[in-house]
Amino acid sequence: MNIPNELQYTRSHEWLLVEDGVAAVGLTDFAQDALGDIVFVNLPQPGDEVNAGEAFGDVESVKAVSDVISPVSGVVLEINEELVDNPALVNEDPYGAWLIKVEQITGKEELLDAGAYEAHCAEEG
Amino acid sequence: MELIFERSRPGRGTDLLPPLDVPECPVPEEFARKNAPRLPEIGESDLSRHYQALARRAFGVCDGFYPLGSCTMKYNPKLGEDMAALPGFTGIHPLQPAHTIRGCQLAMAQTEYALARITGMDRVTLQPAAGAHGEFTGLLLIKAYHVHRGDTGRTVILVPDSAHGTNPASATMAGFTVRNIPSTAEGLVDLEALKAACGPDTAGLMLTNPNTVGLFERDILAITKIVHEAGGLVYYDGANLNAIMGVARPGDMGFDVCHLNLHKTFATPHGGGGPGSGPVGCKEFLAPFMPGSALCGNGGEHSIGQVRAFHANFLVVVKALTYLMRLGNSRVAEAAQGAVLNANYLKHKLEEAGYTAAFPGLCMHEFVLTLEGLKKETGVSALDVAKAMLDDGIHPPTMYFPLIVHEALMFEPTETEAPETLDRAAEVLADILRRAKEDPEALHAAPHSTVVGRPDETAAARHPVVRYTFPEG
Repeated sequence: MNIPNELQYTRSHEWLLVEDGVAAVGLTDFAQDALGDIVFVNLPQPGDEVNAGEAFGDVESVKAVSDVISPVSGVVLEINEELVDNPALVNEDPYGAWLIKVEQITGKEELLDAGAYEAHCAEEG
Repeated sequence: MELIFERSRPGRGTDLLPPLDVPECPVPEEFARKNAPRLPEIGESDLSRHYQALARRAFGVCDGFYPLGSCTMKYNPKLGEDMAALPGFTGIHPLQPAHTIRGCQLAMAQTEYALARITGMDRVTLQPAAGAHGEFTGLLLIKAYHVHRGDTGRTVILVPDSAHGTNPASATMAGFTVRNIPSTAEGLVDLEALKAACGPDTAGLMLTNPNTVGLFERDILAITKIVHEAGGLVYYDGANLNAIMGVARPGDMGFDVCHLNLHKTFATPHGGGGPGSGPVGCKEFLAPFMPGSALCGNGGEHSIGQVRAFHANFLVVVKALTYLMRLGNSRVAEAAQGAVLNANYLKHKLEEAGYTAAFPGLCMHEFVLTLEGLKKETGVSALDVAKAMLDDGIHPPTMYFPLIVHEALMFEPTETEAPETLDRAAEVLADILRRAKEDPEALHAAPHSTVVGRPDETAAARHPVVRYTFPEG
């Protein structure tokens, strides 16, 4: 399983990359593997507020619909429009297929580094 | 198999529609279509064969065992169809004078009365068209109650993590925010987590009992008390009423409002044979907010309004009333007891055969197996087992639900199955388990005998093709 060192992670299996005050949020390799083939991605609108620890959207796989939890509080700068037409990108390239980018970040969830996240995944089996 | 459009030949047709015997009323020019609709043109005999061929490919309760968990696929007695086809019920119009449809009004009132007695509620409306519509209606009652008292801060509906997906969806539709309540390892509501989640923003709790893993919430009196003390109301999702009808009543457990699925519990057809019907019952203090019904006219003083046109899905109500009158008071409970007995019988047989129940001990009307161990050991998944059952003429159980159980298979045999049917199903599943261990690869390829085996569900969901494309484009 792929867990890049340069990213931060949540216990609910989102990844976070903060660059120049903008946070990109996506689903981890573990998450996409557990969900199975993703068939639909439901994202907020640019300008919407997101809150750390609360759902900002959901992804639907052939198995289930699951909330995606925001690791940060802030305002949605951009959403990945490409995923709306091609949700399979989340399965093919989970760390390339960011879901939203968040600016004006005011707070963060408790985040894990790659090592701690790997241990967390091992626990969930 | 050819599509009906592919069987179409220009100029062919049927005499199914009678000749026009009223003055023609032309559609205004601006709304009239310019080209004729591209409807299939086909002779009656070919039309009949086409649909017979489709029907042979379908599978219903009349074809075989159908233990689809959480759906209550019981056999619906044909008597219900006979009664619903009586001209006195079919030859009426919702706008004809009330004094000319007294019989229909009486049928509705009798059904409302029977359902109120079964649920322990004071009022019932037959308007909602299906279960989720009933949930939505019930939540609007809860909302109207709080708003009417000026208590507008109650915006959160609590939902257990094992709940049907419709619960959070209906709550969201009704304008609430949803908060999940975790289950304990035993599969029941976690009382401490419920207490912690309750507060001044609690509008209510939605719960099924027995719950979604087929267990009776034995702390139900404490659960409803916790929510009431926090100022919230408690909603009973009637999805699983088949396990307790005539034996225990949601109204006595502390629930304030509930819906029922006539198309599950009260033996009216599901889905394509529908439509459905999801009556809502409530306690007296919510009656002022109810939509209109046969008993209380145009609804209460602060009615949320009609939720469905006219008298809703009336003929479904006739079928449910037929079922209830045929059973009579005492045998309503017998049906529930039979459902619980059959579920426990099949659960025991499958455990003997080597399957693992997600939650040990007695179940109610349904139970959940977890195939997590089998998948780790052999690679054979819940999906593979479900597909293999098709080759033996058994409809698979519900798969991968509830979400809190991994590799879940959820069985609900219902009370209308004979012991021999359950024995055979147990034998089939025991044989599949043996084959899973001996030759897992073969099971990945099942089913072998059906017209459609393993459709590409991912492609179907990502690129749904839901209309016919004519060859000329």
